[in-house]
Amino acid sequence: MSDLLLEVKDVTKSFRIGGLVFGTELLALDHVTLSLDKQKPSIMSIVGESGSGKTTLAKLILKLHEPTSGDILLDGKSIYSAEHGLDHLDYLRAVQPIFQNPFETFSARKPVETYLYDTALKLKVAKNKNEARDVIAAALTSVGLDLNVAKGKYAHQFSGGELQRISIARGLIPRPKLIVADEPVSMIDASLRMNIVNLFLQLKEMYKVSFIYITHDLSTAYYMSDFIGVMYRGNLVEYGASDEILTNPQHPYTQLLLDSVPMVGKKWTRDIKAPDVELKEYQATACKFAGRCPFVRDICRETKPPMVTIDGIRQALCYKPVDYEPGRTTVKSETIAAS
Amino acid sequence: MLKLRDVKAYYQTPKAVIQAVDGVTLDVFENEILGIAGESGCGKSTLLKVLYDSVQPPLKIVSGELTAEMKDENGQTVLLGPGEIRNHWWRFISYIPQGSMSVLNPVIKIETQFFDAISKKHNLNNKKEMHERIAAYLKELDLPVEVLNSYAHQLSGGMRQRVLVALGTFLHPQIVLADEPTTALDVVIQKSILLMLMEVQQRMKNSLVIVSHDMGVHYQITNRIAIMYAGKIVEVGPTEQVFNNPKHPYTQMLIQSLPHVGDRGERKGISGRPPSLIDPPKGCRYAARCPFVMDRCRETSPELIEVEPNHFAACYLNEMKGA
Amino acid sequence: MQKMRNILRLNRRLQVGSILILIFLIFGLVLPRFSPYNAIDWNVVPRNLPASKVHIFGTTSLGQDTFWLLTFAIQNSLFIGVIVAFFSTAIGVLAGLTAGYAGGVVDRVLSLLMDVFISVPSLPILILVASLLQGKTSLLTIGIALIVFNWPWPARQVRAIALSMREREFINTARFSGKGTLGIVVYEIFPYIFNWSVANFVNTVLVAISTESALAVIGLSSVQQATLGTMIYWALQYQGILGKKWYWIGSPVVAIVILFIALFLASTGFAEYSAEKRGRQSA
Repeated sequence: MSDLLLEVKDVTKSFRIGGLVFGTELLALDHVTLSLDKQKPSIMSIVGESGSGKTTLAKLILKLHEPTSGDILLDGKSIYSAEHGLDHLDYLRAVQPIFQNPFETFSARKPVETYLYDTALKLKVAKNKNEARDVIAAALTSVGLDLNVAKGKYAHQFSGGELQRISIARGLIPRPKLIVADEPVSMIDASLRMNIVNLFLQLKEMYKVSFIYITHDLSTAYYMSDFIGVMYRGNLVEYGASDEILTNPQHPYTQLLLDSVPMVGKKWTRDIKAPDVELKEYQATACKFAGRCPFVRDICRETKPPMVTIDGIRQALCYKPVDYEPGRTTVKSETIAAS
Repeated sequence: MLKLRDVKAYYQTPKAVIQAVDGVTLDVFENEILGIAGESGCGKSTLLKVLYDSVQPPLKIVSGELTAEMKDENGQTVLLGPGEIRNHWWRFISYIPQGSMSVLNPVIKIETQFFDAISKKHNLNNKKEMHERIAAYLKELDLPVEVLNSYAHQLSGGMRQRVLVALGTFLHPQIVLADEPTTALDVVIQKSILLMLMEVQQRMKNSLVIVSHDMGVHYQITNRIAIMYAGKIVEVGPTEQVFNNPKHPYTQMLIQSLPHVGDRGERKGISGRPPSLIDPPKGCRYAARCPFVMDRCRETSPELIEVEPNHFAACYLNEMKGA
Repeated sequence: MQKMRNILRLNRRLQVGSILILIFLIFGLVLPRFSPYNAIDWNVVPRNLPASKVHIFGTTSLGQDTFWLLTFAIQNSLFIGVIVAFFSTAIGVLAGLTAGYAGGVVDRVLSLLMDVFISVPSLPILILVASLLQGKTSLLTIGIALIVFNWPWPARQVRAIALSMREREFINTARFSGKGTLGIVVYEIFPYIFNWSVANFVNTVLVAISTESALAVIGLSSVQQATLGTMIYWALQYQGILGKKWYWIGSPVVAIVILFIALFLASTGFAEYSAEKRGRQSA
């Protein structure tokens, strides 16, 4: 028994793009390591832009892809191998997804409740249809909906917000320990968004379930998470408690993200860095952010930066916190030079 | 520059009539950045089409006036109405759409698209000279000249959007309309494009109208903002004033619901849903979700009244306080 | 009651097409039972009689009543069409779903088979086979050959649909709801293929009948049997056109044309109808 609920261990995922003969390798995830504690339910946000690898990471945790190397453990057991690892049924009862587009989450040709009944019966939460109905009614109530209102309806007969709640209710039926939500509110209108975000916070307390929240929206990530991991071109570049990360970022990319978010209340400063370079950045052997970093030095372009641990908990994949000295990987926050 | 007076533009389909723009009175002034904010289904994209004079069946302007004041080559002011404005696309008024991949022709080079759009009405047939002028303009905007020789799919999303901005502003039009110009783009690129738009506007001193659902974007770059809800404008005024002192409950609740980095205080969303545009309620459109609703609100729809200099809101609460 | 009203609201095409098909079904399935003659036998009635009250369409040069012969011909042609369409659609859909959803080696093998049979031109091969088996071809042989050459068409398209559906998010939802592969194929993917399969079925009926007729006209079908094609064959053998034997040669041709139109209308009408139904469902 481990005290870690989820462990992503040195996971790498590469894809081949462009065909069998002349294609190139794309490192969607580059040696990513993360973990979630078991003691308290927590919400971890993975933020990043498109191409950062955050969606790939979600897909790996959801067993929709397999890693090229590395492993993912749930409660100490690998989720991939059936013999020594986690039984598939146990896995489904422990991990559930919420997808970005609620209208794609359900087939347009079946009543939405069939998915709810399937989940209750096939994941052995209920023994027969009557029990299942009770379980489903309870799940819908916990997301603020009524079973009688949802009966027999098809996906297009609900609003986006309602349908997303149904998606959440479905995920809650087996009382999972972990919910992986991939941009769950980005397709929902701004005025309704906080309703769902607050719902996540309520459910975390009510059901003691942890969330992994994948998003590009720093504001909601800050609002609801305990921890934040920032990803850039396949690397986890910064990780730590959300308060600290966003108010005192250590990685230049995190700083860049913060500066770029159009926030109400604080006007932008006018400097902005050069445009995207894409494929070259993925294949860079040293720091992938070096081409755009305002604090770059030669060592960043030559060797891969280490994962620096700050105060034992925070992490940043960067030379800057260690004063560009190779070999140092731990630091105390008092000694970090003012940027 | 542009005046709308009680404009109603509806989509008339055999099954239903969608009252997307339902009595909008709005001005677009010279040398300003006006934001039109609202959520999905409020009618803002339709409003933009009306401003651009790109109204095609089933969309129809049912009533109201749209007048544009154009300065022609001699510096004289000419008044244009619907049907006439479209003769001056690209030069007087231009449109930057969202979804750049479906807007640029995938089988012709970028340069050809510039030529196509520009040369038709302006007798600029000297290709070489045009090429130089376009290249010079791209340089001003910090765009690499090589894009002219590329096809749309060879460029990244951010680059394509920047090309569209260049295309839309090349002839220095007096009015530029941008419909969600940065939705679906990454935050960092979004900032660079928005700053580019601001710079262009400051240099040309023309009018820029930006439609977006992102209130943060409006806060950062607009001078004036108009909030749209269910086909009507519910509040309009200088951006700082509207954000610091909103006078319509929808605006208030919308702004309050936005989370900020650095502040963990509880935020609440608005309950309920916007009303259908096919069968809108007879009173104030926001009445069903408004915490301050009064009987009067359900009977008649409030008009926009001035609550502060240049700041208008359509809410009976403002009339009551005697303001 | 609502369902009845819904059926009556079917669009014009589907209505006309369905009525025509119904007429053909009556012609082909009901009427032959009432035929006073075994229409295939020769010389049961005097030859070459013009149209009269006894013989509505006259008689053929082989001594058959043209009208009743036509009903038997329609019956057999319909049988061929429906049986070939049923089996080739069933096999095609099954193969396509398996190949598309399972992927990997299974997909490669099935796709290879599909590509081989599609690229081989079926009519020349059938002509070759039939002429080699001169005289011994039965409708069964032709039927089997038609099935073999036809299943790849629906298979390829169903495979494409299944492949694209594999990536849709609700398939993942089904997986996380505990559904297994078979459940997913049947309950999630198949509903999207169903309407399309119906249209495909109808088209295959057309293809089967027309191919058999084509073979028959050049004498390579089973000319002892009465089909629309063999009827034309025999009429041509006896100078149907030069001899102005309009009923004999004309009626099967007209029948084929009208049958095609009927199937086409029904197929496109059904496609419109199901698209409309879905359209009414959305928003």
